[in-house]
Amino acid sequence: MTAEFGLVALWLAAALAALQLIAGALPLTGRGGELAGLVRPAAAVQGLLCAVSFAALVVLFCQTDLSVKLVAANSHSAKPFIYKLAGTWGNHEGSMLLWVTVMGLSGAFVALVERRLPERTMLATLAGQAFVSLGFYAFLLMSSNPFERLAQPKVEGNGLNPLLQDIGLAFHPPTLYLGYVGLSVAFSFAIGALITREVGPAFARAMRPWVLGAWIFLTLGITAGSYWAYYELGWGGWWFWDPVENASLMPWLAATALLHSVSVLAARNALRAWTIMLGVVAFSMSMVGTFLVRSGVLTSVHAFAVDPERGTFILALLAINIGGALMLFALRAGTVTEGERFAVTSREGALVFNNVMLSAILGIVLFGTLYPLLAEALGARVSVGPPYFNPMGALFVVPMLVVMAVGPLLRWRRDRIGRIRHELIAIAGLVGIAAIGLAAWSGIGLLPFIGLALAGALAVASLMPLRGRRLLRTPLATWGMVLAHFGIAIALFGMASESAFSVEKLVAAKVGETTQVGPWAIRLDGVQPVAGPNWTAIEAPLSASYRGGSAVVLHPQARSFWQPPQQTAESALLTRWNGQLYVVLGEEADDGRWQLRLWWKPFAPLIWLGGVLIALGGLLALLGRVIADLRRIAAREKIAYRRERQGR
Amino acid sequence: MTAATMIKPKHQRLVLLAIALVVLVAAGLLAAWALRNQASYFYVPTDIATDPPEPGRAVRLGGMVEKGSLRQEGDGVTIAFVVGDGKARVPVRFKGIAPSLFVEGSGVVAEGRMNAGGTFIADNLLAKHDENYVPRELKDMNEHQAKQVVAETQ
Repeated sequence: MTAEFGLVALWLAAALAALQLIAGALPLTGRGGELAGLVRPAAAVQGLLCAVSFAALVVLFCQTDLSVKLVAANSHSAKPFIYKLAGTWGNHEGSMLLWVTVMGLSGAFVALVERRLPERTMLATLAGQAFVSLGFYAFLLMSSNPFERLAQPKVEGNGLNPLLQDIGLAFHPPTLYLGYVGLSVAFSFAIGALITREVGPAFARAMRPWVLGAWIFLTLGITAGSYWAYYELGWGGWWFWDPVENASLMPWLAATALLHSVSVLAARNALRAWTIMLGVVAFSMSMVGTFLVRSGVLTSVHAFAVDPERGTFILALLAINIGGALMLFALRAGTVTEGERFAVTSREGALVFNNVMLSAILGIVLFGTLYPLLAEALGARVSVGPPYFNPMGALFVVPMLVVMAVGPLLRWRRDRIGRIRHELIAIAGLVGIAAIGLAAWSGIGLLPFIGLALAGALAVASLMPLRGRRLLRTPLATWGMVLAHFGIAIALFGMASESAFSVEKLVAAKVGETTQVGPWAIRLDGVQPVAGPNWTAIEAPLSASYRGGSAVVLHPQARSFWQPPQQTAESALLTRWNGQLYVVLGEEADDGRWQLRLWWKPFAPLIWLGGVLIALGGLLALLGRVIADLRRIAAREKIAYRRERQGR
Repeated sequence: MTAATMIKPKHQRLVLLAIALVVLVAAGLLAAWALRNQASYFYVPTDIATDPPEPGRAVRLGGMVEKGSLRQEGDGVTIAFVVGDGKARVPVRFKGIAPSLFVEGSGVVAEGRMNAGGTFIADNLLAKHDENYVPRELKDMNEHQAKQVVAETQ
């Protein structure tokens, strides 16, 4: 019954999306004005029904109901409970249902909370949200029904890909989707504003918290995904330029640009058309990403199943949504009036630079990700990896980071470089000192060298906007900016340090043998079998001692899962303040020795710490904005109340 | 600069648009140029025999691991094997932990480069992961090869 219940809820949600679209769109044409009152309730109930449908699928997975096709194909009764639960979205249909659910809930949240938009823009926004949702409901119900029953229930399920049987599955996909799909709100806002032509600071102030919210989750989701891939795959890397990683990076780049341009629009009433364009582009990138991931056109560890029909369906959705939005933009952008002027040397000027650079990086990543598809159409089989992405990305990242250090020190509208010359000299001096210090080390690649030289100066520069301010009086939003920029510097330092100073050792070791990797001495204590709930493993206790200090024991494993039958390497990590030791157990060599792969990665954890700081910065900014808005509303009410009393 | 010398809003918009377009087009051209040089092409052993990539250039090699060719070297972490496609054979060396489903007689995609001596030095081996994930090249190649085998035996 649960499956049918979930399916009915999903159909009802789709029907409500249709109602929401009609009730939102008709009043804009001047007819059916009485329908307008239905839009917000329709959005709210639609979100609720989505959540109910999703909950039904979670229940089915937790119960391991093997009469449901999806559960039988992707779950197993012997799996630990947490993976039964998280396995709900560890497959194509489930993850698409999660997508639609997040989209429905975002729409409901906007409908219930957002009161600052003009009513007509609000109607157009919610109609836009419903339009996009309808396409994905159709996709889910027609070609990816998660609730399909089997004529004959299976005796046992096929199990979940062991690589996904990790706590990362419980956090990474939902967080990422909240960001990824949360950007649909920015898209709908942009559509709404284009339809009613009401683009201005008030609109930007209403849009900003939604962009910030999605961006925070996207940042956290990418950070979590990177760390998960780092320790789970056992390859020692934290970013592989896999198409799916790019698919999450592209919306993040667009959303980061949007976040900054929406601030310019809110504070200075400039960059109007550009902000709208970015709103369209950000979620378009989410949809392109979904197409890349779910259609199976590209080789990726995230491609659950290759199904041409699904690919065609998503491609059609993509064409309609993105094509339609761009067409609307082309028709209406000319009627969006120009914003306020500003000089090149100004906060706006720096933010424009940052926006253009982010867009260029986005273009580089998009081009590199799609190139294998283009080449295949011409009959060549290629793959594109770090030799392309790293230098090409750096070409635009480096100037962007330099301007990021200086931009927040500039004043709005018009400023002089001379006014901030002391700060500039300090920043340049720090870069110079770091570069000279690093030159002593030989064998650092060019990019890590630039990264390390910049990171320290960036960290100091990011704190400069606080100079001369009373820290307790400084607005939360400013603190947020400072923290996020500081996080970028920290992450950059981690990335560059990992790349420059990592030491790797690949050995076949006898039991009792000690191997040196960087400052660590690592002894293979033995090899023993261990058993888990749905796997058996060979475990190698390793005693690791840092510069002759007392030993800590690590337990890397080579696991064999029995359903599905597959082997995975479980790496073991040891984190110190100055880096991370990373060990992987391989196979037994012909002569009874054991393959070990050992890395010492100085300051590598800063990569993800930086990511978390960036997200925290976003959270502070969001809190600051929301609190300020609430205060403003409270003050307005107070004034109204006083006036009313005086009037009596 | 005074307010009077600041350009008109309409011009400012055009200038911004022009700058953005120039940078984006430049980025696109650079990307196209870099992709031509940096994309890693896919080869089967026949391609390597007829038109080998220049040594040191990053490429990918796909084929079947020949039966009886896999051996481990004395250091315990380097393996050598031969990848064939029925027509040509390429010796491959790989230092690292091979994927668990990497066995003789199965398909493999190796990422790496040819050395001057005609051996393929692999940095990474992609083998069949599970039934849901097969490197795409491997999947297509197997179908292609199956057709060839059918054609040869008829």
